[in-house]
Amino acid sequence: MTMAMIADREVHVDEEGFLTDPAEWDEQLAKVLATNIGIELTDDHLAVIRFLREDQAETGETPTLRRVARVGGFDTKELFQLFPKKPAKKMAYVAGLQKPVGCV
Amino acid sequence: MTATTAPAPVPTFGDEVDEDGGRKLVIICSKGSLDMAYPGLVLANAALSEGVEVHLFFTFWGFDIINRKTMDHLAFSPVGNPATHMPTALMGLPGMQAFATHMMKKQIEGLDIPEVPEFLELITDAGGHLWACRMSADMMHLTEEDLYDRVEGIINAADFIEMSAGAQTLFI
Repeated sequence: MTMAMIADREVHVDEEGFLTDPAEWDEQLAKVLATNIGIELTDDHLAVIRFLREDQAETGETPTLRRVARVGGFDTKELFQLFPKKPAKKMAYVAGLQKPVGCV
Repeated sequence: MTATTAPAPVPTFGDEVDEDGGRKLVIICSKGSLDMAYPGLVLANAALSEGVEVHLFFTFWGFDIINRKTMDHLAFSPVGNPATHMPTALMGLPGMQAFATHMMKKQIEGLDIPEVPEFLELITDAGGHLWACRMSADMMHLTEEDLYDRVEGIINAADFIEMSAGAQTLFI
């Protein structure tokens, strides 16, 4: 875990670039993170990201793709459209959270 | 803030690999017991959320996973299964299979892992493809009508070889 710059602020990240301290995140930063991985953040993206943040705050773990779909009430196909190819990891990155650890 | 802090790395998510034609995974599901159905389903789902193209090919006992009549009732057989760490003679007692199946289902549910039909729905929603084996269908006198509606087709061995070209293949 090292300090690094994202946009104009200094944050803690792991070696891949995922934020390690959820408290350093806000929606302004989410926009920058999304742009970094080629996603233009829309309200649809933000609704998903907000669920991830709330769920992580409650459980202490980044929700898996299935949990986002089932508990968050999002459509799996839509999640693949919003965060192409690797939705679970891309959602976590934009939400300033660690990659999910669950298998399903 | 210091002027020396380096910019944060950005995860590549392996996208540059996908541009070279992508990764493809084919899983042959040949067994229909509860404990042998899940490895294929879990791996298929994981591969899909990693952006990998996934095809599941169901053959022989694996048909139980996509047969409408059986897909909700897969069982775990403790007979001759050393993983139970119990005397084999006990495992054949009446009710033992139902008990073992019940225990395993409870564990699966406890981990928030879906049951078989919902798992197949999840996999196909994520873009996975389901195929059934022609020879098994003929042997068991089953048609597409008998199978889970998201199975894309009943294909023969040659079709399978063609479909799996260039793929990593797992036999379960």
